Amino acid sequence: MPNLLEIHNLSVEYKTRLGIARAVDNVSITLDENKTLGLAGESGCGKSTLGRAIIRLVPYPGRILEGEILLNLDEDVPYENGVVEKGQINLLQLDDDQMRALRGKKLAYIFQDPMTSLNPMERIGKHFVEIIKAHEPDTPKEDAQVRTKDLLEALDILPERVLDYPHQFSGGMRQRVMIGLGLTLTPQLLIADEPTTSLDVIVEAQILNLISDLKDKFNLTMMLITHNLGVLAETADSIAIMYTGRIMEIAPTEALFESPQHPYTQALLQSVPDVRKPDRKLSWIPGSPPSLTEPIPGCMFRPRCPHAMEICEMEPPPLIKSASGGIVACYLYEGS
Amino acid sequence: MPLIEVKNVMKHFPVQKGFLDTLFTRQKEFVKAVDGISFEIEEGEVFGLAGESGSGKTTMGRLIVRLIDPTAGQILFAGQDIAKIRGKQLRLLKRRLQFTFQDPYSSLNPRLTIGNAIADALRLQGIGNKSEQKQRTKKILERVGLSPASSFYDRLPHQLSGGQRQRVVFGRAIILEPEFVVTDEPVAMVDVSVRAQILELMKDLQDEYSLTYLFISHDLATARHICDRIGIMYLGKIVEIADKDQIYTDSLHPYTVSLMAAIPVPDPKAKKGEKLPKGEIPSPINPPSGCNFHPRCPKTFERCAEEEPALREVKKEHWVACHLYD
Repeated sequence: MPNLLEIHNLSVEYKTRLGIARAVDNVSITLDENKTLGLAGESGCGKSTLGRAIIRLVPYPGRILEGEILLNLDEDVPYENGVVEKGQINLLQLDDDQMRALRGKKLAYIFQDPMTSLNPMERIGKHFVEIIKAHEPDTPKEDAQVRTKDLLEALDILPERVLDYPHQFSGGMRQRVMIGLGLTLTPQLLIADEPTTSLDVIVEAQILNLISDLKDKFNLTMMLITHNLGVLAETADSIAIMYTGRIMEIAPTEALFESPQHPYTQALLQSVPDVRKPDRKLSWIPGSPPSLTEPIPGCMFRPRCPHAMEICEMEPPPLIKSASGGIVACYLYEGS
Repeated sequence: MPLIEVKNVMKHFPVQKGFLDTLFTRQKEFVKAVDGISFEIEEGEVFGLAGESGSGKTTMGRLIVRLIDPTAGQILFAGQDIAKIRGKQLRLLKRRLQFTFQDPYSSLNPRLTIGNAIADALRLQGIGNKSEQKQRTKKILERVGLSPASSFYDRLPHQLSGGQRQRVVFGRAIILEPEFVVTDEPVAMVDVSVRAQILELMKDLQDEYSLTYLFISHDLATARHICDRIGIMYLGKIVEIADKDQIYTDSLHPYTVSLMAAIPVPDPKAKKGEKLPKGEIPSPINPPSGCNFHPRCPKTFERCAEEEPALREVKKEHWVACHLYD
């Protein structure tokens, strides 16, 4: 059986005043069913753009250049003028109507900021009813309301609160609502973009617990985008590290933390403070990432890399099998 | 004698209400952002204030450097009560107390070159003439790692990275050679790969200028790396103060325990045992009776709802406000 989601050679560009910035550069990733893939990297590395490209909502002036995003659809999805047939489909070849039918229904996206992604003029309940009616127009309103209340209960929110407005909810509860909205139609794939970044540690831990409970309950496949490696250590099955729009390394979570292969991954892990190890000296990566509008040939991490060699200046290193059971894009491991 | 002594300080902000509400309700409401806090900071130490957003840690920091005026209480700086001084005295005091803001993207004027942004502090305090100010600013730029200074002096903030901006912010704080610096979440907005660099800079500046820091952070992992002692705040009060290691290995207050358990650890094998408290931090307008934390506390008992626990020293140098340890 094909994988739930396969991305092949995806590239996304932003046309800016300063030139063309390639935010996602020839990325290939595979997502297994019922697993969580963590997508990590520093700000500006293209992780959010990659997430947005999957639902084909790259913000203006971004443009998907090339590639394939193959989704293995588990049932026929009707839309205005027909049906998107089940089986493996290339999302980049669907038209806007077909894509709209899949978003929310099969692909859900949780945006970063729960404070601004709910409509302040609408009651919480209406948000849910709207999603259900948009995709299943024959559902009676009462049924939709019952489903909403059940969902809220699963999220630890009192069902009476469907009548409240977003401003009456705290940050953590709004994020629960966002997760609930994502899960309303039991999608196959949930993409969560920094779902806990604006929350406090205790609320963050609550939300992460909730997400992992729901993952089992709804048989979810997830892509979790975050810069916080501590969060991924607790939730992800495998982790992809991105840098300047490219995948540097993908490995199972434990292997990635135990024996990071790519010099960037190694440096990144050494800069994360661990509260249990106060004596460990923190280090940092000298310099800053090269500008995406003026890409350098070869490996983009080269100027900051302690192991840089001559070959690194020639061509970007291809992803090869790594010793930790994943893949890595680094010439250090070429031929080993 | 401690450098800073905070004695029972309060800051209550009046709540803005609509016209009709003020017409029909007589009672004024207040946000009790800081509600009776006392602690001391020794000379040369890094004291951390940690807690969730809304716990009042930033307000406390602003009070100490007198960016805002306290509602009640005393703030002693080197033995002198600075809670009520104003005018010229206050301006002179501000040479000795500095504050760095959390967000280096919005705390630098986008139309002011960074050289001018730093030199402004000297200009406002009337120190030196123009060329002296420029000289000193360049020295500071080099000192915070923005070298060569002449190439950075005329740059605008948008030409710098987040880490570089945070260096400018520190440069502006130390140019007056203060004794005490409050730094509000200095690494929260900086990418993780350069965080350690900023912390290192803080340490270096501390050695060179014999600084004392108040380090405000919600990130306990970072706080443990840089602080000597840490105070945990909850809803406008301090619930526990201890040595940075003790507060983690030997947390006493139930809130501290759950806070520590919630910290994400970069290790997939770490086990999570502690239960998280339900719900979120309540509104500081009408805080719960007795102990603020009792509605969420897993170990609450009768007395907690009735009586407010005082901050007491239960072990050596380890203070906690909880009835469990009476």
